[in-house]
Parts: sequence; structure tokens; C-alpha cells
Amino acid sequence: MGKWTGAVKRRLRTWVQVCFTALSNGYAAGFVQGTVWRGDSKAICVPGLNCYSCPGALGSCPIGAFQSVISSRNYHFTFYVTGFLILVGAVCGRFVCGWLCPFGLVQDLLHKIPFFRKLRKLPGDRWLRFLKYAILAGFVIILPLTVLDVAGQGQPWFCKYICPSGTLFAGLPLIGTTPALQGALGWLFTWKAAVLAALLLLSIPVYRPFCRYLCPLGAIYGLFNPIALYRFRIDKTKCTECGDCRQACKLDIPVHRTPNSPECIRCGDCRRACPNGALCLAAERRKEAPES
Amino acid sequence: MSYLRENRAAAAAILAALAFLLIGVGRGEAAVVLRKAVTICMECIGLG
Repeated sequence: MGKWTGAVKRRLRTWVQVCFTALSNGYAAGFVQGTVWRGDSKAICVPGLNCYSCPGALGSCPIGAFQSVISSRNYHFTFYVTGFLILVGAVCGRFVCGWLCPFGLVQDLLHKIPFFRKLRKLPGDRWLRFLKYAILAGFVIILPLTVLDVAGQGQPWFCKYICPSGTLFAGLPLIGTTPALQGALGWLFTWKAAVLAALLLLSIPVYRPFCRYLCPLGAIYGLFNPIALYRFRIDKTKCTECGDCRQACKLDIPVHRTPNSPECIRCGDCRRACPNGALCLAAERRKEAPES
Repeated sequence: MSYLRENRAAAAAILAALAFLLIGVGRGEAAVVLRKAVTICMECIGLG
């Protein structure tokens, strides 16, 4: 029974990811017909990086929605999407990244492929981690706000030039089923396909390269990790600083020192690895130890 | 009560977020999102 429970716990996150991806992209007819869902549910954002042009998407990508509002003629700030991001961040931080994001799921599955040398991080990891904040500031906020056409309309720069989730879940299925779109392929699609291919290949030796270094949504949610309702704490009476948590962490976070790092995607591997049960949720009732 | 005290920052952020959501819906931003989301986004799929 214990073996079965352990196996279920280890695979639970993958099953949650798969089910949530399937539920939030449930418009199966879209994949067959090469169309997108046009229902009112598209006004609501889903928490992960899920392109609203994915044929199956039933909701909107928060990063796409953010850019579409601020780049429009009538708005330069979006209370609606900002409010959504703050709400999700304050409730669960980067739990979304670990459990609900479709592109995170793809990277997780690719990383399971055996490779002769897995890397715990890329060279320059310490500085590369700041790149996602630069992408957030530049491609998601500044460029859509400031680079306008003659009609005063901006563009979704992140979606257009970077987002691999859009290429994978929207671009490839739509272009594959629509001959008219195939005729319009150009350098931009080649560039985006190259970005996608590079990230998918890199996901095999490196865990979650997009989430670590490029994702603006993860950058936002990560800022909330230290204060979110779903956060970790260390029971200092039980922690022996053995480092098993860091060893288990595929993002190489020193969890015993920074249990609520902005890099943490809340996969829970550290909690399972801790031999002393020192890592718990902040919401669990404290017994005696002071909070870290 | 102690749970709220320990999660002051999160509670304040959640209240602000709910206010932002209401303001945004009132300003018609949800309609802008819907309008964009129900058509195929050419930029998103790599066709510019």
C-alpha cells in the first residue's frame, strides 16, 4: 500500500498537469477544423502560459491578454489582467508553473528522456535568471506600450517574437490544418520555430530552461512566492541542513536557506526528499518552531 | 485571526487584486480580451 501511495504521490503532479491542460484546452473540434473557440469563456484568463490561439483553448493567456489591452488605443494599463496576476500570485505564487502550465508539462516530459549528461544549470545561470525580468519589462510592457502603428495600436511583442507555447500549441496545429495559413509562412515563423526547437531540445539535458530563464509569467508569479498563501517554511527544530532538499531540487535551489525562492515552481520534490520532515507548508499548524 | 495576521501581505494583495478585477471589468477590459481571443492571433502563431 505504501509503495502504491508513494508512486501515486510521485506521479500526482504529472496527472494534475495533464488533466488541467486537457480541461483548459477542451475544444477538440478546433484541432480538427483549424478554428478557435469563440465562447465568452475566452474573456477569462487561465493561470498558465496557454495561448488563446490554441485551437482547443477555452480561456485566455494572461500574458497575451495583458499585451492586447495595453497595446490597444483606449488603454495604457490593464486593471483586469493585472488584478488576475496579483490574485493568482498572492494565492499560490509559482505553483501554477509546477502544476498547471501546459508548456511546463511539455518541458517536464522532455526532461524524462534519458541523456548522457544532465546539467543542473546552464553556465551563467546566476545572470541568466534575470533575463526573464528583462523580457517581462521589455517585450511584455514597454514595447507593446510604446511602439505604435499609425492607428495608435501596439503589438504583442512577446507573443510575436518569443513565445514558444504559442508556436507549439497554436502555430503548429493551425498552420498544419489550414492551407491558406501555410501560404503565408515567412521568416517570422522560421524564427519562432527555431526558438521553440531550441527550447524543446534544451529541455532534455536542462530542467525547465524556459521557465528558469525566459518566462515573463513565471517572473511575475515568482515575485509572490515569499508571501503567497501557498508557501513553504522550514521547521528549524527539525532541519539539520543536510542538503538533501537542494540535491532533490531540479532547479538547484538551496531550499533549506530559501524555501520561498522566486525560482521555485513548487514541485514538492524537496519536501519528499527531506529525511526529517522539516519542510512544510506555511499554512500547516505550527507546533513550536519559529517561522523561517 | 492569527492566520490572517501571518498572511497580511497576501491578504492585502488579494483584496487589491479583487478591486483591480472589478475596475478592469467596469472599464470594459474583459471585452477587449475577449475580442482579441476569439480571433486567430496572427502574431502568436508566427505569421505577423
